[in-house]
Amino acid sequence: MLKDITLGQYFPGNTLLHRLDPRTKLVLTLVYIVALFVAKNYISYAVMLAFLITSVLVSKVKPRALFKGLKPIMVIIIITAILNLFYTDGNVLVRFWVFKITDAGIKSAVFMALRIAMLIMGTFLLTYTTSPIDLTDGLEKLLGPLKKIKIPVHELAMMMSIALRFIPTLIEETDKIMSAQKARGADFETGNIFERARAMLPLLVPLFVSAFRRADELAVAMESRCYHGGEGRTKMKQLKMKRGDYVGLTTGALLLTCVITLASFGL
Amino acid sequence: MSYIIKTEGLCHRYSIGTPFERVAIENINFEAARGEFIGIIGHTGSGKSTFIQHLNGLLKPTEGKVYYEGTDIWKDKATVRDIRFKVGLVFQYPEYQLFEETVYKDIAFGPKNMKLPEEEIDRRVREAAMFVGLGDELLDRSPFELSGGQKRRVAIAGVIAMRPDVLILDEPGAGLDPRGRESIIDNIKRYHRATGATVIMVTHSMEEIANTVERIVVFNKGHIEMSGTPREIFSRGDELSEMGLTVPQVTSIAKRLYELGLPVDPSAYTIEQLKTDLIRLRGGRRHA
Ligand SMILES: Nc1ncnc2c1ncn2[C@@H]1O[C@H](COP(=O)(O)OP(=O)(O)OP(=O)(O)O)[C@@H](O)[C@H]1O
Ligand SMILES: [Mg+2]
Repeated sequence: MLKDITLGQYFPGNTLLHRLDPRTKLVLTLVYIVALFVAKNYISYAVMLAFLITSVLVSKVKPRALFKGLKPIMVIIIITAILNLFYTDGNVLVRFWVFKITDAGIKSAVFMALRIAMLIMGTFLLTYTTSPIDLTDGLEKLLGPLKKIKIPVHELAMMMSIALRFIPTLIEETDKIMSAQKARGADFETGNIFERARAMLPLLVPLFVSAFRRADELAVAMESRCYHGGEGRTKMKQLKMKRGDYVGLTTGALLLTCVITLASFGL
Repeated sequence: MSYIIKTEGLCHRYSIGTPFERVAIENINFEAARGEFIGIIGHTGSGKSTFIQHLNGLLKPTEGKVYYEGTDIWKDKATVRDIRFKVGLVFQYPEYQLFEETVYKDIAFGPKNMKLPEEEIDRRVREAAMFVGLGDELLDRSPFELSGGQKRRVAIAGVIAMRPDVLILDEPGAGLDPRGRESIIDNIKRYHRATGATVIMVTHSMEEIANTVERIVVFNKGHIEMSGTPREIFSRGDELSEMGLTVPQVTSIAKRLYELGLPVDPSAYTIEQLKTDLIRLRGGRRHA
């Protein structure tokens, strides 16, 4: 069940999307998210959807992997949709007890669910096609100007890359410890929510012990390679914008312009 | 012969639906008789750990069936949980999975989950501790203060305390010094003799397995390549080395001596066997 958490996972590949500069992908994702929140009508959603589907096709990521990423937040999507369904004013279609369903309600429920799902899938597409190292490299470069106002960009990026690197490891470790305890009759699957939470408690001790052990080992490993923070540090792999990146950024700009124009016409 | 555990056409694929999907084991047909002592060998990544996790229902087969005393263990949820008490599994490097405040409580975790009465739990904890050679004075210590070898013993005791009919150990000697290794294997042998339980042991060490088990099962690339007595297996040294495995050192010496024309058993696999042969050669005199 823990295997469903795919956050921060990278599916190696060599498609156009994989080869894009991480900065381009970060900016594109940001543009995509902004556009999602600007989009208000069928046409602009169709444009957004077309953009997403094209990107997925280009990336060759299996749609199944993307939908799997949606699973853990399905509950949030459903609750949001239901709230929108019942609490939006408009022409009443159905009425029962204190609830009413309006045409606008249906529309906003569908749009809301779509928006969240597309948001998640878009960001997953970013992590699926960008290795954690590239991702943090790109982020560090993009946020570079903030160093001027004394924000420790390099350290933050390093922390992020370590965190991303260790999420799968910790999940794996949790899985192993759960298996070992299941083998001794621990039961994580039945019982009410309190019983289940209680069964989880014994997981925390070995998990923390191993997390601290790993942190310690990592610190020693970094120090023995003379890591001393970001100052004066150069990169072996220099990021370089290529033609594909300019094409990508232009597409992003077009997408945003298109959606904003559509929105300003109230379409 | 009555089989206690049996698998039919067992297959397991990991990460189904992702680019990392891979077949770990394929079409495994395996049987273990009651009271048998079985060794499993195979190179790294051949699917040994994946396989044994099916025997107590920790992994669900992608295809195929696992039977315990003739019942399909995946028949319903209650059966699987029951099976876990009957088929005890000690993981690879189990010492990282200890979690209780004291050694005693950690060993008692399994019996407690079986909802046994307090005195019975106490009896089992002490008995299990004795089997793995943990002194009474260690029971009140924190498991995190113990040495690696001692932790390993605690973890094994935690499974033995459930008195499983089938005890499965994944590389119980890995990462220990030779003496620690030997003494853990001795403990397991003693447990096998004393309880008559079926024991299945995964290992990388030929020496370890040769002196211990009645039957060896060889895994290669996710399927069972050979199965037989140590003598049968070790007489196929060439096939073994093709799979990246070796025969015990004694066997290679015996084979070489045989090739040099000495009348010794070329597939002797314990030092005792070769010693007897050599002594016989010298005319039966002791201190040869
Ligand atoms: N949790 C997992 N997710 C994905 N693949 C896995 C997982 N566990 C094992 N595998 C893969 O399945 C195959 C069999 O692994 P397994 O751990 O069963 O081998 P093994 O024979 O126990 O090896 P070793 O002797 O190194 O312990 C390996 O190729 C491994 O990469
Ligand atoms: Mg293994």
